[in-house]
Amino acid sequence: MSTDHTHHHLPPQALRAEALESLLLEKGLLDAGAVDSVIIRYTERVGPMNGAKIVARAWCDPAFKQWLLADGSAAIGEFNLEGGQVEKLVVVENTAAIHNVVVCTLCSCYPWAVLGLPPTWYKDPAYRSRIVREPRTVLAEMGLALAPEVHIKVWDSSAELRYMVLPQQPAETLGLPEAELAARISRDAMIGVAL
Amino acid sequence: MDGIHDLGGKQGYGEVCRDQAPAAGPAPVFHKRWEAAVFAMVNAGAQAGAWTNTDRFRHAVERIDPVAYLSHGYYGRWLGGLETLLVEAGIITTAELEARLATRPGQLVSSANEHVAARPAMVPEPFGPPPRGRGSQRPVTAAPRFAVGAGVVTARTVCAGHTRLPAYARGRQGCITAVHGGWIFPDTNAHGGGECPQHLYTVTFSAAELWPGGDAHFDVSLDLFEPYLFATGSSLAQQQKVTL
Repeated sequence: MSTDHTHHHLPPQALRAEALESLLLEKGLLDAGAVDSVIIRYTERVGPMNGAKIVARAWCDPAFKQWLLADGSAAIGEFNLEGGQVEKLVVVENTAAIHNVVVCTLCSCYPWAVLGLPPTWYKDPAYRSRIVREPRTVLAEMGLALAPEVHIKVWDSSAELRYMVLPQQPAETLGLPEAELAARISRDAMIGVAL
Repeated sequence: MDGIHDLGGKQGYGEVCRDQAPAAGPAPVFHKRWEAAVFAMVNAGAQAGAWTNTDRFRHAVERIDPVAYLSHGYYGRWLGGLETLLVEAGIITTAELEARLATRPGQLVSSANEHVAARPAMVPEPFGPPPRGRGSQRPVTAAPRFAVGAGVVTARTVCAGHTRLPAYARGRQGCITAVHGGWIFPDTNAHGGGECPQHLYTVTFSAAELWPGGDAHFDVSLDLFEPYLFATGSSLAQQQKVTL
């Protein structure tokens, strides 16, 4: 987070946002602490660490995994997650033969409660335009070279369903405790652009 | 709406640029404070009554200046949609915001000719009735027209307003792979036309159907509303438009 107040390198949309903020504060439509609350919420409490806990649980508990795949929103209920955007969470499982990857081509829909706010590249035109047309090439460019026989399933979040990928558990991590597994699970693996 | 936002399958945007992560730890959620301020103001705008549903907000983002859409970044796009709706709702005026901008530090270094993202309509659409409940799922009395395994073809054209049928998936044959019950219909809800709940389906399209001649070893699934879908074999006339 920048604390730079010189403004010399801020783009015009940043200046306009600051002007709008001062206007809404003055009109009493924006609470003075609202911006800090958003920053704290989405950097400390809502983020991919929550999805990682869910994946780790699924790797350790076969009954939970079956529930998660059958009804994601119900299965994550006990985690009491804030952040929204998971009215209907669909969890899709990677296997040796199938690799899943998630996008929103029309805007930038993303399962906030389990993965936090999306990374910039997920919202940018390059990813949104190309992943539905040449997913194997895009994944390879992003560092994930899939074997030619692996079938890719792309999920374009065009309604209010939200998707999260359940990665395959690496063989060398079998038997590790859940907390240690969770620390190894990356955001990108749960979007489907990494393993 | 065939807008700049409908990016699926478009070419020429180059390689995916990953965030520049700091030496230790992940890339920041908000790169600058103003991005978080836009996020907070979007929440505040909804509370102030600038819009009553997400579909209307999404459509306001789609309506911003297309150059700004590509160049202002995600929170810049949100800012454009937010300003559009605040002005249309009469909560602020563009002149008031411009006057405030002129008093802000940093104004001297910004160009007067920069694209302003917001595109408020001279005559805004009505809001329509308030939401009939929480969330987006709603009961639909009619039985779903399609079952898992059914072949469908998507509409070839959509209305000029908000829709969640992307251009790359129009007029294409796919297969119903999940049935999700009734959900608010964005195409009406964004325009004050009410929730008009419709059955929602996951429809899976083969790569060959979407992109003939390209890499074939993948498929793409979209969540599509019943008015976008026709039974395979429908006459072309029937497939022309999204119909309620």
